Amino acid sequence: MVRYTFHRLWQSALTLVLASIVVFIGVRLLPGDPATAMAGEEADPETVAAISAKLGLDEPIPVQYLTFLGNALRGDFGESVRTGTPVDEMVGATLPVTVQLAVYAMLIAVLAGMAFGVVAAVFRGRWPEWVANGFSLFALSVPTFWLGILAVLYLAVQLGWFPASGYVSPFSEPLRGLYYLTLPAVILGMTHAAVVQRQTRASMVDTLAADFVRTARAKGLSRGAVVFRYGLRNSLIVVTTIVGLQLGGLIAGAVVTERIFGLPGIGKLTLDSVFTRDYPVIQAVVLVITAAYIVINLLVDVLYTVIDPRMRVSGRAR
Amino acid sequence: MTTAEITATPAPLVRGRTLRRLRRNPLGVVGGVLLLIVVVAGAFAPLLAPYPPTEVHFATPFQQPATVGFALGTDDLGRDVLSRVLYGIQASLEVGLLAVLVAVVVGVPLGLLAGYWRWVDAVVSRLADLMLAFPALVLAVGLAAINGGGLANAAVALGVAQIPTMIRVVRAETLRLKESEFVLAAHTMHAGPSRILGQHILPNALSAIIVQATVIMPTAVLGEAILSFLGLGIQPPNPSLGIMLSDAQQYLFRTPWPGIFPGVALGLICLGFNLFGDALRDALDPRSGS
Repeated sequence: MVRYTFHRLWQSALTLVLASIVVFIGVRLLPGDPATAMAGEEADPETVAAISAKLGLDEPIPVQYLTFLGNALRGDFGESVRTGTPVDEMVGATLPVTVQLAVYAMLIAVLAGMAFGVVAAVFRGRWPEWVANGFSLFALSVPTFWLGILAVLYLAVQLGWFPASGYVSPFSEPLRGLYYLTLPAVILGMTHAAVVQRQTRASMVDTLAADFVRTARAKGLSRGAVVFRYGLRNSLIVVTTIVGLQLGGLIAGAVVTERIFGLPGIGKLTLDSVFTRDYPVIQAVVLVITAAYIVINLLVDVLYTVIDPRMRVSGRAR
Repeated sequence: MTTAEITATPAPLVRGRTLRRLRRNPLGVVGGVLLLIVVVAGAFAPLLAPYPPTEVHFATPFQQPATVGFALGTDDLGRDVLSRVLYGIQASLEVGLLAVLVAVVVGVPLGLLAGYWRWVDAVVSRLADLMLAFPALVLAVGLAAINGGGLANAAVALGVAQIPTMIRVVRAETLRLKESEFVLAAHTMHAGPSRILGQHILPNALSAIIVQATVIMPTAVLGEAILSFLGLGIQPPNPSLGIMLSDAQQYLFRTPWPGIFPGVALGLICLGFNLFGDALRDALDPRSGS
């Protein structure tokens, strides 16, 4: 297990370095020269050259990359070309918002998804299953960003149940903070709840049909005990996998959700920086998002070996 | 594995069994009908739409649905919502098909080669892993930012983001089929790699590729709407369901309708592909389904 963990750790580090190269080159492929953008359209060539030199843009690309990597490892991503604010401060201010939103959304997705999944498996072929399956089909097919827009209109503006936009830190004001995040988290978590529901249902149906469940029932264990003791434990493996696989979608979804609900998260920062061609910010946010994604996937893989002892022998996820 | 399959390569898609299974799945039929409606609406948008999608009628903005001349009402510039939705569906389907094309043209050959030769696999799978290290939409947003907006660029960005998954699907199929009896039989008859891959493995991997395409289509359609909604996809005044939603968000409080119909259209496209794709998977794979 330790060997497997080290192997995955090394693999992730390698992927991260490669990803940083891709991001670095990608940002340089963006149309528009940042030095010209900073100096303004009518600036004379000397000013542009001076800004270029100050930003290190006149160095060869490999040198620029190594400088970038060295600084990035120390948490220094340079300054915003637009505002002059240090990029690490901008990321530090926005990342917690997105993390809170994503964790909240995933929590809702897992709880709602597993509940619907268990209901669908236990009441197979009866109306509760149709309700649960109908929910997941709806959530998978309806564009959630559209649902978000409608939710702002009806639940927030017309009915006044939720705030239409804005953010309050749950750490300074726990209840108000959660209240502000609830509607965005529900909207963001819906698709993922549907995926969790489908997987939980499938795994639960399999487990409930297994021989050891029949034996347990024959020995007098109640249906409820079987569902919770065997079914849920087995579903947990599947759900962990799904949570890992879904996190990328969740982060991407956060970009859109933040835009709809006006949350000052890293998704908003990404879009703002893309539109203003603020290249130090773009490379920092994309790298941070990617690093988070890689680290989460690593954690999920290692977590398997804890949840499912069989993985320890084969050393590989299914 | 029957003797017939050992001697001849089965052509999995023309089997009447698949069609029969599809027809017997009520949800699949609903999905198929939805797809038919959507495809007809998109393909014949120029014939069905009462107005050009960008034609403004400044005298009649914010018309309610079911007013004379504007079946689904008008938006802030008095543009006919029905016409814009029809052309928007057309744009969505174009982006979806283009994205599938990109994923298939690049992903399928790479998947076949990676499944067949280990040294190719070492390179291709590394690259696929690297691409998967980026969340698909972040990748698409990045590519769209580099290439600029527009329908084709958005489609390419969304298609490229789907390449690694396609590689994985085809690679897995190739690995599985490589060990099957009919491929071993072809080997003993001195069939070369191109013949084995093209004539024996590819036809049998087709069903997996088609199922994956039905997954890519709705993902790309939604992705286009999201990119356009964010301002990185199709550029105004060209009609796109995502742009319509983004526009409608500005004046939802005056009239919600221009924001409702594009969403319904998007939902129907995705629902159609999801239902039909699920049914197709069940019909093609005898192991799944009840």
